[in-house]
Amino acid sequence: MSGSPEIYSLLLALLFAVAAGLVGSFTLMKRMLLAGDVISHIALPGLALAFLFHFNPLLGGGTTLLLGTVLIWQLQRKTGFETETIIGVVFATSVAIGAVLTPKEDLVEALFGKFQDLTLLAFIAGAACVLAIIAFVFLFKDRLILSLFSPELASATGVKIDRLNLYFLLAFSMTVLVGLRFLGGLLVGSLIILPATTGRRLGNNISQFLFFSSAASLAAVGAGFVIGKYIFHVSMSGPVIVITSAVIFALSLLVPRR
Amino acid sequence: MEREKILSVSDLSVAFGKRSIIHGLSFDLYAGDDLAVLGPNGSGKTVLLKALLGLVPFEGEIRWAPKVRQGYVPQTVAADRQMPLNIHDLLVAKANFLKLPASDVAAVIQTAGLNADLLSSSIGVISGGQFQKALIAFALLGNPSVLLFDEPTASLDELAEEHVYELVAQLREKGLTVILVSHDISLVHRSASQVLCLSKDHSCMGPPQEVLTSKMLEQLYGAEPKYYLHRHDHGSVQPSSSSGAK
Repeated sequence: MSGSPEIYSLLLALLFAVAAGLVGSFTLMKRMLLAGDVISHIALPGLALAFLFHFNPLLGGGTTLLLGTVLIWQLQRKTGFETETIIGVVFATSVAIGAVLTPKEDLVEALFGKFQDLTLLAFIAGAACVLAIIAFVFLFKDRLILSLFSPELASATGVKIDRLNLYFLLAFSMTVLVGLRFLGGLLVGSLIILPATTGRRLGNNISQFLFFSSAASLAAVGAGFVIGKYIFHVSMSGPVIVITSAVIFALSLLVPRR
Repeated sequence: MEREKILSVSDLSVAFGKRSIIHGLSFDLYAGDDLAVLGPNGSGKTVLLKALLGLVPFEGEIRWAPKVRQGYVPQTVAADRQMPLNIHDLLVAKANFLKLPASDVAAVIQTAGLNADLLSSSIGVISGGQFQKALIAFALLGNPSVLLFDEPTASLDELAEEHVYELVAQLREKGLTVILVSHDISLVHRSASQVLCLSKDHSCMGPPQEVLTSKMLEQLYGAEPKYYLHRHDHGSVQPSSSSGAK
């Protein structure tokens, strides 16, 4: 089937959109949207190394993301600083290393992403990651809600807050990792921020919030793909998806608040 | 008949960095006791409750009887009031986490007197008194046998305060043991069977009429605080000196 690699790519992008909406909703409620956006930039040194030494960019990005996430979690535990303080330190270092190492001709793809054809194996690996993220959100939803309301009460109820924070950071990083190829290191965090903001605008309770965030994310990726490919004829997918997502958010402002 | 010990605290010390908050505190609590923890600001009342719940690191030993289940009503919850979370969702989240049936949620809603409007209200729009009721309902989920209350009416007006204390009294009647942190000496006199006094360099424990003497209160607060003790027989309180904490 000659069209399959492109379909795999689109399918994975749509699956990623659902995960980004769900993870973004909790990231917004944890008030770490910008901090989360910054986490995505930690992939840049890994992408740079991959372009430099010609190995899979996702492997490079994933490795530095994972190391960065664990480093943030450990520094937070050891120093007691706010997450955003620690992320700020790790982020600045990552972007600097990424910018120095990335070959010029690959910089645009590393920063802004691309709709590339996918092999079946890459699709299965990506889809497995997305399903794991979605499963995490639904399995840990109650724990996340309790910890968002009050970490102290959640802890008194039996929720292991430290562990939950680590799982959440890993789910976030995995979401970023899957989205890297479509949106690039610079814009991947945007698809976690923008649809969640739309969902927050439209949803009155947690379930509605999660639903509208995922729907907005799905619509942005779907429409972004069609607009980019058939109207602007560009393969650089990130900016088109992010602009589409921003337009959806703008439209949500027209809906009267209940 | 010997009463069952439900809590044993021995040589408890809590420090944050170099600052010692509680030092070498020991006391026991028995089934049927209602303990009030009294003391000036900074004496470690809230920290004691958190230590009892395992929320802060401590030295020494805190031993709860195996069958005891604790519920906790904090002084305040700094929840993000912009969060799209209503009281019902919050209760359901706890029930799901503890794998409790839906009937348990309905039961605590009834006990705490939460109405349908309140349940569907976002935590951002409800009043302090309603929020406190919601916290009590939250604490009651899981069928606790001991309820730890940290100054539950600190930020409430008199009417809301009265409602919360009526609810606490009802819970006591149902057999729940209450550990109450309070500034309100008249309330402590009225409701507690045991009083634990905490201050920087002094602690004592015993029934209120024995512990809350002029001398003890002066030691505790630096000067004897003024309070009114309303008694229906219009007799005056003649406290005697005693210390129960080890």
